Amino acid sequence: MRAAVIQFPGSNCDYDVLYVLNKQLGIKADLVWHRYFRHNNYDFAILPGGFSYGDYLRAGAIAAQSPAMRELKEMVNEGKAVLGICNGFQILVESGILPGALLMNDCLTFVCKWVTLQVSSNKSSATTLIQKDKILRMPVAHSEGRYVNEKHGIKELYENEQIIFKYVCNSTDDFNPNGSMENIAGICNLERNVVGLMPHPERASESAISPQCSNDGLMIFESMIEYSKK
Amino acid sequence: MKINLTSNELNQVKILLGREPNIVELGMIDVMWSEHCSYKSSKLELKKIPTKGRRVIVGPGFDSGIVDLGDGDVVAFKIESHNHPSAIDPYNGAATGIGGIIRDILCTNCRPIALLDSLRFGKLEKGHNRWLFQNVIRGIADYGNCCGIPTVAGEIEFDPSFERNCLVNVACSGIGKKENIVLGKMENPGDILVLLGGSTGRDGIHGVTFASKTIDERSEEDRPSVQVGDPFMKKIVIEATLEALSTRYVRGLKDLGGGGLTCALSEMSDKGGVGAEINIDKIHIREADMAPFELMISESQERMLFVIKPEGLNKILKIFDKWEIKYSIIGKVTNTKKVVVKKDKQIIASLPPKILTEVPPIRRKSRKPNYLKKFPKKFELKQKPKNLSQAIYELLMMPTIASKQYIYQQYDHEVGIRTVIRPGEADAAVLRILGKNKAIAMKTDCNSFHTYLDPYYGHAGAVAESIRNIVVTGAEPIAIADCCNFGNPENPEVFWQFKRSIDGLSYMLNGLDIPCIGGNVSFYNEDERTSTAVKPTIVIAALGLIDDLNHITTLGLKESNQAIIIIGKTYNEIGGSQFSIRFNGIGGKVANAKHDREKASMNAVLSSIRKGYITASHDCSKGGLAIALAKMAINGGFGAIVDIKKIPKTSMNPYELLFSESHGRFIVSSRIEDVGKILKICKDNNASVSLIGKTNDEGTIKFSIGKETIANCEIKKMRKCWKNGIQKYIN
Repeated sequence: MRAAVIQFPGSNCDYDVLYVLNKQLGIKADLVWHRYFRHNNYDFAILPGGFSYGDYLRAGAIAAQSPAMRELKEMVNEGKAVLGICNGFQILVESGILPGALLMNDCLTFVCKWVTLQVSSNKSSATTLIQKDKILRMPVAHSEGRYVNEKHGIKELYENEQIIFKYVCNSTDDFNPNGSMENIAGICNLERNVVGLMPHPERASESAISPQCSNDGLMIFESMIEYSKK
Repeated sequence: MKINLTSNELNQVKILLGREPNIVELGMIDVMWSEHCSYKSSKLELKKIPTKGRRVIVGPGFDSGIVDLGDGDVVAFKIESHNHPSAIDPYNGAATGIGGIIRDILCTNCRPIALLDSLRFGKLEKGHNRWLFQNVIRGIADYGNCCGIPTVAGEIEFDPSFERNCLVNVACSGIGKKENIVLGKMENPGDILVLLGGSTGRDGIHGVTFASKTIDERSEEDRPSVQVGDPFMKKIVIEATLEALSTRYVRGLKDLGGGGLTCALSEMSDKGGVGAEINIDKIHIREADMAPFELMISESQERMLFVIKPEGLNKILKIFDKWEIKYSIIGKVTNTKKVVVKKDKQIIASLPPKILTEVPPIRRKSRKPNYLKKFPKKFELKQKPKNLSQAIYELLMMPTIASKQYIYQQYDHEVGIRTVIRPGEADAAVLRILGKNKAIAMKTDCNSFHTYLDPYYGHAGAVAESIRNIVVTGAEPIAIADCCNFGNPENPEVFWQFKRSIDGLSYMLNGLDIPCIGGNVSFYNEDERTSTAVKPTIVIAALGLIDDLNHITTLGLKESNQAIIIIGKTYNEIGGSQFSIRFNGIGGKVANAKHDREKASMNAVLSSIRKGYITASHDCSKGGLAIALAKMAINGGFGAIVDIKKIPKTSMNPYELLFSESHGRFIVSSRIEDVGKILKICKDNNASVSLIGKTNDEGTIKFSIGKETIANCEIKKMRKCWKNGIQKYIN
């Protein structure tokens, strides 16, 4: 089993994801410079968070034009698992691999806080080991995370069970950190091998660094590994 | 060309040089002799500060101080101001402040892992202050977030003296290996000089001279002196630099900040006792037709000067090419002991580095300020709050005390997966060292309401408070860095404040045996129109080491039916307190921080935490005991009842007991069965201590004198006040 963490100029959660895969899960994972990425060498790939190309133009828009994305599309077509976290999700949307768009948060500022998620579907490469409706705790940290889609696009997401994660209410605080439609936090493609989400599972993979000792994020990476065994 | 040297200084230059400097040299000397680069007014005073300690590897004088964490791990730590640029262009000013401090850490070959911000503004009621406040926060957020360095802690104060001169101080820490430390030095003639990163333009020209004068009506014209940052370029510079350093072909490295290329060349060659020669035609530029002196003093951002072993040059350039980052090979290290600048093969400047780096100090006059005479020494309550419960609610609403969630929610405080304690969870941020059972704790502090009334004890207190804040998380304090912010040093009253402040700070550091490993001085924070200087403010950034992650302690109350214990004695010291400011105005006796009391309390708390007896801990500072306990209740969701008669004290006035800001105090909670053990540890350490109450799940904080209840506050209402204190001014 070999995983690629694709590094774009401006990625900044690359080492964090690498740490979880290598040190916590004992998976062979490489940090791969975007120009050097070749899909044949890997069983699954992760696009980490950050500010690829400084988020200039639109978050993820320039990285979506990287040669790495041609390779990644090959990988997607082969049915291998791909996960986009935060900026990685934005890149997947910008490159058309996932539907919809991610716009400026409705509060108009960057938001970093822990949120509560519900696993809306476990039929995806990132949730195959997680029970449907399970509640997960992990942090978000983004400016452009408000998921939007056209009316029929949202309808299709529901019909095809493509909504994978939703923000849900856990207290009196605003539970949806960005105003996304239908409280969407993460979705998958029709083939269910590509998942993108705004929250950061790599930041919730160890109880030592979680406010409520959550290591819920780990299950997402474990699911990817399990999915890739097939 | 604008020259800021006085005629007296110009004469000194001619004598030292033995000739008239030419125009390029004059430009170079002019920036290096500015207050900002030369520390000419402050350096005689700064010598008093203790800088040595068993963990200190690099002290003041380099880009950042470095301390030893053991097992080969080191931490680089530094704090700097970016006040003047932020007062004119808050977004870019604050952003480039972050940029500068990151480079200081980076060039020691440590990876920057955390940022802290200490901010001071005028009151939020005024639109101008809200504009500064919101844009400074956004500048810090956009820059730090994009670079992938979490902003994990800080502090903020609101006071009219910061209205035209907001203070923006930022600290950064980085983690590295002792064996890999690189310093800002040139040592081997023949080594190649490579300028990496942003192209050089006219932005930031005379940034340091701008920072060395007061703000007046013409300051708007200085807007071009504010550098414009590019956090994306910075992120690339960070990664490319760390990759280049990993080859071990880099012998020296320095960031280009204040004074630009001139500062880097002169300081690096001077430290290694060598010379340097560069060709300015080689520098990659952003604007054509820049005069040579402009190239030499430009403060364009995101630039680093590499000193590279010739045999490794190609390997390093390949790394820069991979990152698609601009660079130019501008010259080499020589044995001439001169900084030589060439253009078209002609020498256009040739100066011994010492003339640039060893600027003669100025002995400034000092005089006790008049304003201190007008304050009443005795505290008299002119305007009594309706009742004590109401006073607590109102204090919680004061922006200086209120929740800072509006700010820290805009900062990515999680990136890097090191953050164990986030903003709001304890008195200091705690970040783990990946792969080890170790962590570092960091916090910045200063109480400018205290320092204004008493610069000496105010700053002794700033040191004590910052250190208490890291101790309560379970950390052993190991070093501090300081950032001085004052008015015009040519004014004897301001210089008196500065001198007394340094004396007070040194007194506390010596007493606690903690070294200062670096600092920064920002003068001329003064509004010329109103001749208002900022309140004297030396922000202390404290660094501590936690040697077992299990010791980490937070401030929220954890359970009902636990003991509430106060450690340290409460004195009749309500002058300059938030209570006094809210209800009485400024005046009275400021809390006197004494090192023996601090040491006793700190040792007692740290031993108790390490033995596992303490379930929650909080330092007692702004707002006194009442606010400290209120925050513990708001955070943990448990209530408490406290008998203030039991507090170790010198006075019986309930206002003083609840709101005095005496130093050396901690409030802790513990399981009932551990109370005796904590009391014994305190006794062994000569710390005053008393069991004053118990936690409960009644949803209120109740203060009593014996059986008589004097204040009863609902946690729900307190939380609302505290959360809205700043938020209500936004939108």
